[in-house]
Amino acid sequence: MNSQQPSLAQGLLAGQRGALARAITWAENADRRFPQLLEDVYAAVGRSHRLGVTGPPGAGKSTLVNQLARHLRELERTVGILAVDPSSPFTGGALLGDRIRMEERTLDPGVFIRSMASRGSRGGLARATVDAFDVMDAFGFDQLIVETVGVGQAEYDVVGAADTVLVVLCPGAGDGVQAMKSGLLEVADVLCINKADLPGADRMVADLEEAVHIRTAGKGLWMPPVVSVSAGTDQGLDGLLEAIQSHRAWLEAEGRLQLSRQEQRLDQVQRVLREGFDHAIWEGRGLEGYARAMIKASRTPHGAAERILEQLKAALPSEWAQVQEETQP
Amino acid sequence: MNQRKIRVLIGKPGLDGHDRGAKTVASVLRDNGMEVIYTGLHKTPAMIAETALQEDVDVVGLSILSGAHMELFPRVREELHNRGLDHVLLVGGGIIPADDMAALESNGFTKLFGPGTHTEDIARFIQGEMEKRWAKEAADA
Amino acid sequence: MSTPVASTDRQALWKQEMDKARLRDANFTTISGTPLAPVYGPADGEQDPDENLGLPGQYPYTRGVHPSMYRGRLWTMRQFAGFGAAHETNQRFQFLLKAGQTGLSVAFDFPTLMGYDSDDEISAGEVGQVGVSISSLRDMEALFEGIPMDQVSTSMTINGPAPIMLAFYIACAEKKGIDPKALRGTIQNDILKEYQAQHAWLVPPEPALRMITDVMAYCTEHVPQWNTISISGYHIREAGSTAAQELAFTLANGMEYIRRGVAVGLDVDDFAPRLSFFFDSHLDFFEEIAKFRAARRIWARKMREEFGAKDPRSWMLRFHTQTAGVSLTAQQPENNIVRTAFEALAAVLGGTQSLHTNSMDETLSLPTEKAVKIALRTQQILAEETEVAHVADPLGGSYFVEAQTNRLEAEAEKYFQEIEARGGVVPSIMNGFFQLEIHKSAVKYQRAIEKGEKRVVGVNCYVEDDGGPTIDIHRIRSETEVEAREAMARLRSERDPQAVERELTAIRTACHAGGNLLERFIAAAHAECTLGEIAQVLREEFGQFQEPKIL
Repeated sequence: MNSQQPSLAQGLLAGQRGALARAITWAENADRRFPQLLEDVYAAVGRSHRLGVTGPPGAGKSTLVNQLARHLRELERTVGILAVDPSSPFTGGALLGDRIRMEERTLDPGVFIRSMASRGSRGGLARATVDAFDVMDAFGFDQLIVETVGVGQAEYDVVGAADTVLVVLCPGAGDGVQAMKSGLLEVADVLCINKADLPGADRMVADLEEAVHIRTAGKGLWMPPVVSVSAGTDQGLDGLLEAIQSHRAWLEAEGRLQLSRQEQRLDQVQRVLREGFDHAIWEGRGLEGYARAMIKASRTPHGAAERILEQLKAALPSEWAQVQEETQP
Repeated sequence: MNQRKIRVLIGKPGLDGHDRGAKTVASVLRDNGMEVIYTGLHKTPAMIAETALQEDVDVVGLSILSGAHMELFPRVREELHNRGLDHVLLVGGGIIPADDMAALESNGFTKLFGPGTHTEDIARFIQGEMEKRWAKEAADA
Repeated sequence: MSTPVASTDRQALWKQEMDKARLRDANFTTISGTPLAPVYGPADGEQDPDENLGLPGQYPYTRGVHPSMYRGRLWTMRQFAGFGAAHETNQRFQFLLKAGQTGLSVAFDFPTLMGYDSDDEISAGEVGQVGVSISSLRDMEALFEGIPMDQVSTSMTINGPAPIMLAFYIACAEKKGIDPKALRGTIQNDILKEYQAQHAWLVPPEPALRMITDVMAYCTEHVPQWNTISISGYHIREAGSTAAQELAFTLANGMEYIRRGVAVGLDVDDFAPRLSFFFDSHLDFFEEIAKFRAARRIWARKMREEFGAKDPRSWMLRFHTQTAGVSLTAQQPENNIVRTAFEALAAVLGGTQSLHTNSMDETLSLPTEKAVKIALRTQQILAEETEVAHVADPLGGSYFVEAQTNRLEAEAEKYFQEIEARGGVVPSIMNGFFQLEIHKSAVKYQRAIEKGEKRVVGVNCYVEDDGGPTIDIHRIRSETEVEAREAMARLRSERDPQAVERELTAIRTACHAGGNLLERFIAAAHAECTLGEIAQVLREEFGQFQEPKIL
């Protein structure tokens, strides 16, 4: 089956949508062929701008993503979309319904939409979101967009996956206050008040602008613009695209994008390592038996874990510490 | 490490708006651990096939209650074929006379489910088929 | 003679015996899942009959809208029919009128229901399949060829493009020299439940509601005997709702239409009497009867107390009933005759104004002529042989039925409050509230059947392995679609293209500039604009509706 790997990579780089779809499936399934595939296409990764769209349930994220995609298409930009929905923690199943709001884009050859189940991840994305972004990037989309789960919990993984984070809120239901409390405001690069025709929108814009100002003014930080839109009627979408574009320009201006991408990649290394490490130490290495033995030797769970950790730390190569020191400023 | 899930597309081709069955089946398949994409109503065969492609589904299930199954079901199959998706397990349901079911089952549809079918039977059928297919894939590899 | 026993002792004794009794292994709930007591008594019955029941023909009409009920006039036996091309359905109409049916009811195919012409690419495979295909005034003329439109009452089940279809009907009558003031009938025209359950919409809710108020305004003046909306619970129930949801959502929709009419300046008493209702009659006999009674009472009170209607005809909830299509089984289809008969009886005991009885073969295909006749005969047997039509509201005062009536009223009231808290009917549609409620009930019911908690003969008990149904199937002639395309090509070549263009432009302008759209549609019908052409203008000007995500 080794012959299949290059052919999928080639297909993907040649613009075959079926190959891209299968590559994402491999990423999702943690298929053993995926790392090689990614390696084969990695030279082509890094061109796309990555936008994360997050916000509470009912804020109209899918409709907004649909409209964004429409406007980008009018500008002749190609768009790849990931829409993440929650998996059931009980059955592992999922209903993936976000694309129902994006149906007009289905037959557009410049748009690719993929639904992803969160598969146990709790940070608002699926485990494989960044991998999927990477292969979509390699495929050659100008713009990548991921819509987070949006079940109203803290969904901060998007920071590690996107260059620009768009937080969508809508007036009423205390979204603004909630956003300030929950830290959504801190992850936002652009704030978007959707359904701006609803009562309370103006007030919400003013409140958020003030909060943003207090947080960022005079600190040399990016000051997230607050944009009102009505995705249902398409109103304000141009302004929103401009705001996203200006954040992108800011990122690119002083090498910030490169730094941010480095952080994203570090995130990714940590995630893959965590998974691989977990897998490696528990499977077939007798760790479970060892842990049980220590529990029997009347250690507390903390005590047992600490003991294992000490032994593991002792086994780490000492040269790592030197690399660490050298990279410190 | 392999975390393979059965991915299913439930599609409503044609103009009829009866989605009770489609949505109920979607919910039951989800409860049986599958990842289910529901297209929404009034989709053309091309839209359903394109969605199947982008979502890389293992199964496409079509529901129709308008009597247009002999026109639309084969067209979905054709659109899947045009996209190289002959490997997808194709099933369907709705108000479909027995003769038509037989005709479709000898023309690319693995199974048609009539009114009164237990939704759990549909889930079991899909699981059984996919187990067979994955076992064969593993053996081939 | 036995010694009299005090009632409290009787109750204690009964309770004792009940506690000892061995009960069947069954789920003692209504079909909607509401638990039932083993017996109901005076404390459960109506405590204030004067206030809450009255007599038939009296506010709040719990017991019926006419003082004489069926002694005055039997319900209208109105079988829904339509298939193939207009001339084929015309023949079925003639057959039904000859068999003693007293009103016509048109079923349209899906392209027509969705506002597409029979020669549109998207219509392929669906033309004439589940109803008749009507794309133009010519088709409408063929449908009513030889039928005296001023003498029959006609019901048309169509919603998204309802105003366009009504325009074809009015134009057809005008061409025959019939004054629209003489036209009697009903157009379903109930767009709200389309978004909630039935899903044959044309444009988003706001412009759709504007067209509906245009129809109400136009008909009040020019077609005064026409029922302008048939507010329908049927499709909500068929989509899987409970009885209480059917009741609540339908009446909530009805109240929304009233608000819209009032908002555009109509006097409530000018249009409310022309609104009628349409309910499902499902298999749970008593719950259904209670539902019909509760519906009348709630509507009367809302109309009088909340909307200030003065005319008693505005208070009266008149309704059509159809037996439950979802209760029919593909297995042992002849059993469906029996199911339908029970459902029809419930509708009659609940005081319906008209009734459609389903045919036994409808889970397999469109009904055959034989199956349709049995369904109609079912109603005739009910009317002529069972003697049930002699007494109004025969179950009024039943402890059980009154308790169920009160329960359903209370459940509906709870839903009204919830809908209001969510900002009203249209916002609740946009965020999928109704759709999700209905879906949850549908899944729950399906689960109950699959677990055997609810029994269905031939499906999860008394199952026969009979190798599938053996009854005849009605198939649509395959030439229908080809003939329809040819007819459309003729139409397009024979009409005056400038007149078509002029009328379509006038509609486009009226979409934004105001003016009555029904009036424009009638002019367009005369100019032989097609359904699809008019609908396309509306789609372009008003946009399309996008389903909310509920799964």
